[in-house]
Amino acid sequence: MDKDISRRLTLWLLLTPFILWMLLLVVIPHIDMFLLSIREKVGPRQYEMGLGNYAEFFGEPFYWNTLARTAIMSVLATVLTLIIGFPVSYYIAKIARSKQKKILFMLCLLPFWVSELVRTFGWMILLRETGIMSGVLQWIGFVDQPVEMLYNDITVVMGLIYTSMLFMIVPLVSTLDSLDDSYIEAGYDLGGNMVSVMREIVIPHAMPGIISGCIVVFMLTLGNYLTPILLGGKSSMWFTGQIYTQFITRFNWELGAAFGFLLLALSSLMVWGGLRLSGQTLASTVAKS
Amino acid sequence: MNFDLECKNIVKKFDSFTAVNDVSFSIPKGSFFSILGPSGCGKTTLLRMIAGFNNPDSGDIQIKGKSVLNVAPNKRPVNMVFQHLALFPMMNVAENIAYGLRRNGMVKSDIDVKVQEALERIGLPDAGSKRVDQLSGGQKQRIAIARCMVLNPDVLLLDEPLGALDLKLREHMKVELKQLQAQFDTTFVYITHDQSEALVMSDQIAVMNHGVFEQVGSPQELYYNPQTAFVAGFVGDSNRWHGRVVDLDATSVKVETESGLQMSALSVGSALKKGDDVDIFVRPESISISVGKDGNVSDENKLTGKLTNILFNGADSRCLIETETGEEISVNMPQTGDFNDLQRGTDVTVSWRQDVAKCFSHCADLDEEQ
Repeated sequence: MDKDISRRLTLWLLLTPFILWMLLLVVIPHIDMFLLSIREKVGPRQYEMGLGNYAEFFGEPFYWNTLARTAIMSVLATVLTLIIGFPVSYYIAKIARSKQKKILFMLCLLPFWVSELVRTFGWMILLRETGIMSGVLQWIGFVDQPVEMLYNDITVVMGLIYTSMLFMIVPLVSTLDSLDDSYIEAGYDLGGNMVSVMREIVIPHAMPGIISGCIVVFMLTLGNYLTPILLGGKSSMWFTGQIYTQFITRFNWELGAAFGFLLLALSSLMVWGGLRLSGQTLASTVAKS
Repeated sequence: MNFDLECKNIVKKFDSFTAVNDVSFSIPKGSFFSILGPSGCGKTTLLRMIAGFNNPDSGDIQIKGKSVLNVAPNKRPVNMVFQHLALFPMMNVAENIAYGLRRNGMVKSDIDVKVQEALERIGLPDAGSKRVDQLSGGQKQRIAIARCMVLNPDVLLLDEPLGALDLKLREHMKVELKQLQAQFDTTFVYITHDQSEALVMSDQIAVMNHGVFEQVGSPQELYYNPQTAFVAGFVGDSNRWHGRVVDLDATSVKVETESGLQMSALSVGSALKKGDDVDIFVRPESISISVGKDGNVSDENKLTGKLTNILFNGADSRCLIETETGEEISVNMPQTGDFNDLQRGTDVTVSWRQDVAKCFSHCADLDEEQ
């Protein structure tokens, strides 16, 4: 009997930090946010329940265009991260020898020793009108006047890829590492070439890693604030920028909260869609990596 | 004579380590050829060179008389059954077997027919839709072979595929592999470190050690006429004594062992001279046993001792005898019935003829095993 109680006590004590974390940082703020988002201001300090904030979002093309643009660019950044990250991961996991492997992995990790802010400023130093790239291009005579490479969509996507690359490479390397070399060799031995071995053996095996990498990168990108604002400037039209504006500049918490929920809904929907399309489950992808 | 596979003076080095050192052999069509050797002897490297995953530093590999040195693995007319079989877990059984056919560009309807044929041939006609992890070890084995055999390779390479199976299944699969080989009538090259697998299945066995072939021959030749100490020690069970040559004539040698025993033996292989470091091997079934201290025997070698243990295993029972000089000898128990009531501690005499005791230059590799 005593043993039973003490065991239960241990369980609850161990669970307490988790429950507190979930409750205080996830559940309560979201309930509060949701309540905020369905509150309409009808006069000074007068509020009514209603879906007006959501209606405002759908009624104003600028808002939903921004959300759609953010989603599309995030998908693009995720796909490009995968396309660049996959060969890198394959090299690290399957081709590099064990000593090289560690060095290469460290090199991927290295940029993350400084904060995202500093990393992004690094890009700005390189790409601004008076920056290094512009100077070099002028010096070699490729252009005859300073060029501004900041504040466009390409730069934003590139910055997002750079920021999230590690989160793609880590799950990919771990799933590719778990693929025994003999499967690849058997693929070749039975007549396959590089393309078919990749398509029929390596990629199906790496699918959980691909999906979990994509989910993480997509969510990080969609919710990123710093990189689009710094590299894209005012014209970046990133949805998190809109949320910031509503909360801080306009002081319209109700609309900001509604935007937050719309972003959450969109990212959940897209992750669900991605899982359905690839035939994976959240459990299989998260457990694998 | 036409050969399915010929290797000529193959050398492969990894940095300063020579994995395969000037190996040559040729395998006639339709035979079961085993390469037998301890781990690290270079047999896997050799097999991987035949498959095309590694290239030899020098030498030539010919399949049906044509050099395949510059042919990529996916274009070579050889297929390999991997140590852990490497059945693709992302495909079902039928897709696994169809993989190679699809890569050859065969049309779907023909593939289905061929896959079904292959499944029937290996006795698993209904397994096509199963997942790989639903199969037993023996079934996986057969699927792995079928996956290669649908491609009609000139040579099938097998890299210790029985290693992962439990003992009973392994015994069964030995027989089955041999039958499959006869059924497909394809040349099999099988590598293993298990001498009983090699003896049971092979037409020819090459015993490999330190990157070279010590001896190539039929199982009977290797068992009854080993040419080196390593082969005598590695193939089959033997009693082994280490000693020095004290006297010799044209065919026989007299050897004194470390514990002072004198025995005479047949000299095999390289010419020996007085004072040479040698090993003598005598098979347990070549030794006669009789009860009592003064068994009347005409054999050249005779020792007395006490029976210390009986390892009963039906027809394959062994007696362990400790001689007066403290050495242990194992002797097959004769199945005539006269010895069924043999007791521990009985005084016995063991003896063997000179020509069943084989004397070779000493092989240091065998010391490590004991």
